[in-house]
Amino acid sequence: MRRRTFILAGLGAGGALVVGWALTPPRQRLRGSHPPETPEGAVALNGWVVIGADGVVTVVSPKAEMGQGITTALAMLVAEELGCRWEDVRVAPSPIDRIYGNIAVIVDGLPFHPDADGPLVRSMRWLTAKTMREVGVMMTGGSSSVRDCWEIARQAGATARAALLEVAAERAGVDVATCRASQGRIAAGDRSFSYGELAADAASRRPGRVTLKAPSEFTLIGRDIPRLDAADKARGAPIFGLDVRVAGMKYAAVAMAPTFGAVPTEVDTAPAPGVHALFTLEPTGFGEPAAVVAVADTWWHAREALRTRRITWSESPQATLSSDAILAELRDAAREPSGIPFRSTGDPEDIIAQATSVIEATYEAPYLAHATMEPMNATVRVTDGAAECWVGTQVPGFARGAVAKVLDLAPEQVTLHQQSLGGGFGRRLDVDFIAQAAAIAKRVPGVAVQLLWSREDDMRHDAYRPAAVGHLRAVLGDAAQPIRAIASHSASQAPFKSYSRRVGFALTAAGPDKTTAEGTWDQPYEFGAIRSTHAEREFAVPVGSWRSVGHSHQAFFVESFLDECALAAGRDPLEFRLAMLGAHPRAAAVLRLAAERAGWRADGTVVDGVAQGLALHWSFGSLVAQVAEVERGGPDGFRVRRIVSAVDCGLPVHPAGVRQQVESSVIMGLSAALRGAVTITGGAVGQGNFHDYPLLRIDECPVIETHLVASEAVPSGIGEPALPPVAPAVANALARLTGVRLRTLPLRLPTEARA
Amino acid sequence: MTPERIDLIVDGTPASLDAPPEMPLLWALRHGLGHTGPKFGCGMALCGACTVFVDGKSVRACVTPVGSVAGQVVTTVEGLDDAVGAAVQAAWAEGSVPQCGYCQAGQVMGAVALLRATPRPTDAQIDDAMRGHLCRCGAYPRIRAAIHAAAERLATSGADD
Repeated sequence: MRRRTFILAGLGAGGALVVGWALTPPRQRLRGSHPPETPEGAVALNGWVVIGADGVVTVVSPKAEMGQGITTALAMLVAEELGCRWEDVRVAPSPIDRIYGNIAVIVDGLPFHPDADGPLVRSMRWLTAKTMREVGVMMTGGSSSVRDCWEIARQAGATARAALLEVAAERAGVDVATCRASQGRIAAGDRSFSYGELAADAASRRPGRVTLKAPSEFTLIGRDIPRLDAADKARGAPIFGLDVRVAGMKYAAVAMAPTFGAVPTEVDTAPAPGVHALFTLEPTGFGEPAAVVAVADTWWHAREALRTRRITWSESPQATLSSDAILAELRDAAREPSGIPFRSTGDPEDIIAQATSVIEATYEAPYLAHATMEPMNATVRVTDGAAECWVGTQVPGFARGAVAKVLDLAPEQVTLHQQSLGGGFGRRLDVDFIAQAAAIAKRVPGVAVQLLWSREDDMRHDAYRPAAVGHLRAVLGDAAQPIRAIASHSASQAPFKSYSRRVGFALTAAGPDKTTAEGTWDQPYEFGAIRSTHAEREFAVPVGSWRSVGHSHQAFFVESFLDECALAAGRDPLEFRLAMLGAHPRAAAVLRLAAERAGWRADGTVVDGVAQGLALHWSFGSLVAQVAEVERGGPDGFRVRRIVSAVDCGLPVHPAGVRQQVESSVIMGLSAALRGAVTITGGAVGQGNFHDYPLLRIDECPVIETHLVASEAVPSGIGEPALPPVAPAVANALARLTGVRLRTLPLRLPTEARA
Repeated sequence: MTPERIDLIVDGTPASLDAPPEMPLLWALRHGLGHTGPKFGCGMALCGACTVFVDGKSVRACVTPVGSVAGQVVTTVEGLDDAVGAAVQAAWAEGSVPQCGYCQAGQVMGAVALLRATPRPTDAQIDDAMRGHLCRCGAYPRIRAAIHAAAERLATSGADD
C-alpha cells in the first residue's frame, strides 16, 4: 500500500485534550453513580440491565430512538449474552451518567483517514476514548450507537448472567461451572430457577471477567425479528414529546424573528381568549432567535393569539443576506488553494500544472432542512429550586444542561424525561427549542408548559445542512493508475463546529471541522497524488448535522467527478473505480455486488429507455455501493425507477433493521437529490411547509433492493451510510440517459433536456 | 373565538367540549379531549399525520373546524376496532413498518380507509391512496408490503368465516 501523509492541521480535538482525567477502564461503563430507575419488584444488576421478580428484563438504553431501530438492536446485544427470553425484554431510557457517554462518535470524529493506524493515530484515538469516558457526553448520532455499545452492552448482559449463575449455584449448593442459563432460567444441580427469582440476590454480586460469545454462538444477533416498538407505533401510542400530558399544563406558541437577528420592537399585548400570558423573549444563546410567546389553554389558542396580533420587528442586520450571494462567495472560496488541508500525498498541483489535459468541474449543494415529521417541542415545569423537562432529544446531558443554565439551576436539579423522537436526523442534537421552553416555563412558575413549534417555525429556524461548493481537478493516468493526480477544494460553513459552539461543547468548538470535508479525503480510492482542502466560511445561517453531514454533499461532488473522469478516459465507471480499489478489497466487493445484482451494463447503453449510474461511498465505517436506474417521464423529465444497494457494515446485528435504514437513507437521499433546497432571501428562509419544501411521496418511491455482505467484522454505522451515494448514482445515470451532466443539487434537467 | 358547547362521539364514547367552532378538530381532540393518536405535522393538510374518520370518511383533522363535525362520529387510530383496523395494525407490527413512527397513526388510517374501499389494492392504487401521507423516515416500501399483507390476511380470514 502506498504510504500516506497525514497533515496535523486536521487535529480538531487535539488542543482540547489536555484536561485532567482519572484512569477509567472500559469496564467502568458497567455501573454509574446514577442507578437506572427500577419498577416495583425489580432490581438493577448493572447500569444496563434491570430484572423484575416477574422475570421481565428491562434493557436500559442511553440511545435515543428516533426511528433508526436502536431500541431493538441494543436489546438484542444485551439479551444475546443475558440468555433471557426475547418476549420478556423491554427497553427504558437510561439516566444521565457518564457511563452512557458516547465514545465511538467522538473517536470516529477525529480527522484521521480510516486506514491510518500509526502510533500517533493510535495514541490520539486512545487518548480521546479515555477522555470521553471521563467526560461522558450522551449523544445519539454519527451512526455510532451499535459501534459504541457493541462491547459494553454484551458485557452488561454477560455480567448480569454471571451474577444470576453465582446465586443459583449457591442456592443449589453446586459448582457454578455445572449450571446452565437459557431462556430466562438457570438449571443448577437438580433445581431450576427463573431469572426473576434470582435477580434480587444477584443485584449485589460483582462477577469478574466474563467471556463473550463468538459470532458462531449467536442465537439472537443476526436474526430478523420484528422491531420492539412497531406495535405501539401502529396503534398511535402516546410516546412522543408532543404527547406528554401533565396535570394543569398549558401550551405555548411562539412568533420568532422572521429574519436572522431581528428583534420584536412593538407588540400589541392586548388579552386574548384562552391566553394566560403573552410576552417577548430574548434569545437564550442556544441558537433560537428572539420571540413573542403566548401561553394558553390549547396550542391553537396560543397560535391564534400570535397570528392575529400586530408585531413589529427590527430591521435585520442580515437584511441583504441571500443564498445566491453565499453560494457566489463559496464558489470563489472553493478555488482558493489556502483552505485547511485534510490530506496531501504527492504533489498534485505540480502534476496538474504540467499536464496538457486537466479535467475540472465545480459542484454545488444547497442548504437543507431536517423536516422531522414531529416539529420541535419540549415541556418544562419550573418549581422552587428544581425543574422537570420532557423532551425527545439526541443529547439528554446537553439538554439538561441548557435547561439548568436558563433557569440558573445546577444540572442535578433538573430531571429530564426522555421521549421517543418523531425523527431526528441531527436536528434533535440541538437544544435551542428546549432552552426556549425553559425560558418560557420560567415565566409561569409551577405550571408545566409545552412549547410546540409550527411546521413553519421548524423549517425557518433549523440548523441547516450547509450550502457547499466543491471544485475538483484531475489528471488521468493509465490502466493501472486511472487518476495520476486529484485536487479537491471545497467551501462551506462548518456544521459540527457551529453546533459545538451553540451547545457549549468545547472539545470541538475550535480547530478544523472534520465534517466539512469528510467524504473527499477519507475514501478508499488510491490516487497517484491527492490534495484535499476545505475553506471554512461563516454566515448568519445556522448550520448543523444533517443525516450523514459532510458526506451528504461531498459524495455527490466526488462520485460525480470520478464518473466524469471515467467517461473522459473512455472507461467503464465500474472498472475505472475497481482499478483504484486494489488496497480495499471490501470496497471492491460491495461495488461488484451492487453491479452484479443490478445487472450493470459496462458499455453504458440505455436499454428499454433505462440508464444506469453507480456510486460508492465510505462513511461511518461502512461501505455502500449503489446502482441507480432512471428513465424518461414525469414532470421533471425523468424518474428514478430502481436503486440497488450493496452494503458492508460489518456484522449486521439486526439485518432487517439494517435493510430498513438503507431504504430510509435511499428515500431521504432521493428527497435531497430531486427536491430539497432551502433558500435565503433578504435574510429570511424562503421555505415554510411541505408545499415549498417537498419530500418524496410514496408514488415517487422507486423499487429499492438491498444486499448485505455477510461479515463477522465489528459492526459499523448504518443510519447514514446509504444516503451519500444516492445523489451521485442518480446524477451519473442521468448523464447516461440525457447526455447532460448536472453538477448542482437538487438535480433539475434544463427544460430543453426534458423532452 | 367564542366558545360553544360541541358534542361528538370519539372512538365510541360521547364527548363534549367548549371550544370555538373554528378550532381545528385536531386540537379539540389533542388538547380538549385527550386523544393524542392523531399527530400534528403541517397544519395545512399536506402530510396526513392528523388523519381521522368522521362518520367513516377520512379527513385531515388539522384543517377541519370542530364545529363542522358537531354531533358526528369521530374515529382516531386509538379507536380502530374492526377487522380491517386490526389487520392493518398487525401487518404494520409484523412488517416493522414504523421507524420513528410519528406519521404512522395517519398512515394506518390511510391504509384502513383504502382497504375498506378496495379490499385487494394494486401497487398503483396504494400509491394513489397513500400519496397524501408523508413519511420522512421513508417507510414507503414497507407500507406497500404491509397493505398487501393486511389485504391477504383479510381475504383469508373472510374465506374462513
